[in-house]
Amino acid sequence: MLEAIELAARRGSSRLFSSLSFSVEPGCALFVTGANGTGKTTLLRILAGLGAPSGGKVRWRGVDVAPFAQSLRDDVAYGGHLPALKDELTAEENLVLLVALTGETVDSARLRDALASVSLERQARLPARALSQGQRRRLGLARLALSRRPLWLLDEPATALDTAGIALLKRLITGHLEHGGSALVATHQALELPAAHSRALSLS
Amino acid sequence: MMAEPVVALREMPAHTPDSGAWSGVRWALARDLKLALRSRAELGVQVLFYVIVVSLFPLASTPEKNQLALMGPGVLWVAALLASLLSLPRLFASDYADGTLEQMALSPYPLSALVSGKMIAHWLTTGLPVVVLAPLLGLQYGIDGEALAALTVALLVGTPILSLLGAIGAALTLGLRGGGSLLALLVLPLCVPVLIFGAGTVDAVHAGLGVAANLSLLGAGLLVAIVGAPLAASAAVRIALD
Repeated sequence: MLEAIELAARRGSSRLFSSLSFSVEPGCALFVTGANGTGKTTLLRILAGLGAPSGGKVRWRGVDVAPFAQSLRDDVAYGGHLPALKDELTAEENLVLLVALTGETVDSARLRDALASVSLERQARLPARALSQGQRRRLGLARLALSRRPLWLLDEPATALDTAGIALLKRLITGHLEHGGSALVATHQALELPAAHSRALSLS
Repeated sequence: MMAEPVVALREMPAHTPDSGAWSGVRWALARDLKLALRSRAELGVQVLFYVIVVSLFPLASTPEKNQLALMGPGVLWVAALLASLLSLPRLFASDYADGTLEQMALSPYPLSALVSGKMIAHWLTTGLPVVVLAPLLGLQYGIDGEALAALTVALLVGTPILSLLGAIGAALTLGLRGGGSLLALLVLPLCVPVLIFGAGTVDAVHAGLGVAANLSLLGAGLLVAIVGAPLAASAAVRIALD
């Protein structure tokens, strides 16, 4: 379970949010909504352990965690604004590298399945620079599909995705929740998931 | 106030990924070498830069043989330093720009291990060609055989220090405007001892003193840098990400 206790964050001298408390149970998704500049990305980065909050604390599996804590680095899959793709490498090479960076190994059959599940099997050998914005996003989804991480932190995952891509994203998140994973998704557009699993948090 | 979930599922079992330091070093080293091979033109430019800088000095100063042999070792060292500096701004900046550095910092591998892998790759792509070319370029300066051997060994021990120290500077200047020139200002003074003992090796040969003292000092510097630089650079990367 991920818990945020009295979290506060500021950017420069302005306060983004304060006294923010919530928890995300296994099998649950929390959708963080809010206008531009309300601190959705900052919140996600704090939860991922990329930055320290200006107040409050983050608890993961019942233990307080500091930025870059090993327990977070073992359990979190963070999908930020930046795709972490190398233009010089092919889609497949990028995917293998990203999965290997999470300390996992992946066999070629699972890799093919993951690429096929995001309809990128024909682009597997193209350099990443030849991929469209949406295809880059889809590669990020393939990474999630291959990850065994229990906690997904996704920053605007629906950006640049077409309707099929959004449906795929929903399927991925639902499957993840059904396996007891949890997800925290910062988003503009509401993704309609089965109500039992999803809750909303509005930053304003 | 948020509603309690209707279905409470059991938490996903803790799954411990590989987090060994060596695997982290290997990941970063293999990836950076692969990237370097994909952009061979860039590699060629660095080597060519080194060769051209070394070849410019005789043209600009004197073709007189004895003087060239005297200043040769110093020129080779300064050119090695400049060549190493040329590619340093990109060492972390491209990973920072495309988000890979974030994922590296969030990886279960120790960040210092990943950073070490990048440092080794930097040395293999910029330092090693410099060492390999040094005997050839040294001939151009008329440096005699024994001195040339000493110079090459000194470069072999010294250039990794340049990569290690340079990486600290590259990490410290991440995300800064005009980071490249600031990087040079930060790194060049730190490299002064390496230059002194490196170029001093040849003087020691000429004076008949033996190279052991200079090489030991360089070796000691290398050991300190191997231990300290990955830690310092990874701390700087974390600060840049925060």
